[in-house]
Amino acid sequence: MAAIFQGVGAAATLSSSPSNSFVPKKFLTSPRRSFCVPSSVVVRSDGSVNFDLNSKSRRAQQLVANATKADSSAASSSSNPGHELLLFEALREGLEEEMERDPCVCVMGEDVGHYGGSYKVTKDLAKKFGDLRVLDTPIAENSFTGMGIGAAMTGLRPVVEGMNMGFLLLAFNQISNNCGMLHYTSGGQFTIPIVIRGPGGVGRQLGAEHSQRLESYFQSIPGIQMVACSTPYNAKGLMKAAIRSENPVILFEHVLLYNLKERIPDEDYICNLEEAEMVRPGEHVTILTYSRMRYHVMQAAKTLVNKGYDPEVIDIRSLKPFDLYTIGNSVKKTHRVLIVEECMRTGGIGASLTAAITENFNDYLDAPIMCLSSQDVPTPYAGTLEEWTVVQPAQIVTAVEQLCQ
Amino acid sequence: MALSYLRSSSSRSVNLLKPLSSSLPLRRPISTDTTPITVETSVPFTSHQCDAPSRSVETNPKELLTFFRDMALMRRMEIAADSLYKAKLIRGFCHLYDGQEAVAVGMEAAVTKKDCIITAYRDHCTFIGRGGTLLEVFAELMGRQAGCSKGKGGSMHFYKKDSNFYGGHGIVGAQVPLGCGLAFAQKYSKDETVTFALYGDGAANQGQLFEALNISALWDLPAILVCENNHYGMGTAEWRAAKSPAYYKRGDYVPGLKVDGMDALAVKQACKFAKEHALKNGPIILEMDTYRYHGHSMSDPGSTYRTRDEISGVRQERDPIERIRKLILSHDLATEKELKDIEKEVRKEVDDTITQAKESPMPEPSELFTNVYAKGLGVESFGADRKEVRATLP
Repeated sequence: MAAIFQGVGAAATLSSSPSNSFVPKKFLTSPRRSFCVPSSVVVRSDGSVNFDLNSKSRRAQQLVANATKADSSAASSSSNPGHELLLFEALREGLEEEMERDPCVCVMGEDVGHYGGSYKVTKDLAKKFGDLRVLDTPIAENSFTGMGIGAAMTGLRPVVEGMNMGFLLLAFNQISNNCGMLHYTSGGQFTIPIVIRGPGGVGRQLGAEHSQRLESYFQSIPGIQMVACSTPYNAKGLMKAAIRSENPVILFEHVLLYNLKERIPDEDYICNLEEAEMVRPGEHVTILTYSRMRYHVMQAAKTLVNKGYDPEVIDIRSLKPFDLYTIGNSVKKTHRVLIVEECMRTGGIGASLTAAITENFNDYLDAPIMCLSSQDVPTPYAGTLEEWTVVQPAQIVTAVEQLCQ
Repeated sequence: MALSYLRSSSSRSVNLLKPLSSSLPLRRPISTDTTPITVETSVPFTSHQCDAPSRSVETNPKELLTFFRDMALMRRMEIAADSLYKAKLIRGFCHLYDGQEAVAVGMEAAVTKKDCIITAYRDHCTFIGRGGTLLEVFAELMGRQAGCSKGKGGSMHFYKKDSNFYGGHGIVGAQVPLGCGLAFAQKYSKDETVTFALYGDGAANQGQLFEALNISALWDLPAILVCENNHYGMGTAEWRAAKSPAYYKRGDYVPGLKVDGMDALAVKQACKFAKEHALKNGPIILEMDTYRYHGHSMSDPGSTYRTRDEISGVRQERDPIERIRKLILSHDLATEKELKDIEKEVRKEVDDTITQAKESPMPEPSELFTNVYAKGLGVESFGADRKEVRATLP
């Protein structure tokens, strides 16, 4: 596609004194191996928040990731009431259904089997499907990702879990050279129907090494597809589509979104891997986002609506390839683009997206594209510093106001 | 029949002084003879944590002649590739296998096409052993459409899915976890087949190898790791790269076997033994003590880190083709002349194939975008407007 050049219109993304009303919730910051599921707070998709009163020394705090009403087109249809579940349960449901449907699907990862998965995504699957289909691997990312790819070459459909996306850096060689390129270098003889998934993104004071955003590193690998899920509905849909796809798919989940609750349909459905999701139609500005930043954007949208703006929010979902069709139509309508992402400023998804939009839709833009990304720093441990690393809703509001002048 | 053979051979060579033994009608039609012959391997096997197989190998004339022909073909092919590279028809990297042919043919004799083989970049001869054609080899080396990967892979990316040859990999050591993954898939599908994952003495120091070995031993996978020890990791001798050059012992809890890799029959015996072992007891390591005459690749003269005397010494004493030739002659399965004729025939075949491969066209420009993705769930790279397609990805 377009050559990657610096995002045009790099506006100041950090105001000097962010007025934050969001206090970081204390987490069980744990070493790599123990699971860190936030067991205390459940966020409902209609915006209300429940607190688990079992948490002893926790102050009543507001969770940053406040899900606003999901788009009606994607949510459950009125005819079928559906069932409510959390995002990690939606992932599990998708995985379980696919494993039942196709005996070639197997899961490999650290602590996915007997332990149930560090984020409970694979809980009870080992009991149901046995040790040969839900495999506990030793801590050897490079080799078990390679083994997954080797198995995929023969026709199996492994789902490889990285306990944290950052650990997959150890498997970068296998993902880049073997996963992405084998279909091409073999002249089409082999397909690699593997799914590589795992949680990434900035969590609650997990430290620099456990808060990485790997989408920017993987995005140039030819031959792979990348998707990022953000709601239980699209998590299940994308998981199922990724497993059924003949191409290698990397599914990015987010550590902080695992406890989102939503009502999803009972029937079998998948989400298109290359399609973006229209979260909120609007007229004044197109806001492109994905994963956790969707919720920051929706929060900012409430403020913006009160101030009289009408933002159109699109969750791009497909990080590689970009859904330029949906994005293009939106740009043609609103003529202003704001990209809000959690990736780093340099070489992130926002940078590529800015380049792609500028190359294709330059004539439709009334103002340079603004891109709000995380700062180019390792994620600090201190809570306040960590907040300033990622984009906050207040910054989004400021950016839209600046863009719409 | 023998008499007619005699007549035809004497009409070809005006040699009335032919020794009497060769003109006696003792010779049977050798090409399909399968009466067993037992041969002793040159050196006994050394084993680690297992019982070594016996030194006596069962073979038959047909197999020995097949060995000879295949190895001669491989040798000729590699030498022809050398000339093509110097003529700039082959570019980039070209890693030649001459000297190591016994490993490829010996392994093939012990397994079926349902067993999987995966190797690194020195893969031209292994590909031929798996049933690849000379035309596919030369066309791929020259980047033409008739190549096995349609010209898009190159020397280091030969694959043949229908005979379970999984390549062809450029990054040192990365193919070993892939090979263990193949073994995992075989166990998953309960195929009763095994995977041979080949790597070199240089790759034996890669961490991912030991990771994969650990997982294979834990899960009891039918994986056979074969170290083709040609004693040099590009320019570094094995004693300079490995604290313990006993690669067959490196598996620790995994049994290992050291084999003379220049003896095709020893290789065959070892692979048969390994296959039986792997199906019952899980992974095993085979170390093939072999040697390459060329340098690491075409850009390496091969003489800066070893002496020419060493190379010619190995060629005189341990050359795999010579060994089979002596075996055939001593068991009186063919004459010198017949073997030379086979070599001439092979040479002609290689030359003809090269001519044919040169005529194959370069890939079409649209092939740049094919096979990046597999078609499924609507994968097409559209432009800004879905009506206009920027690239079709089949």
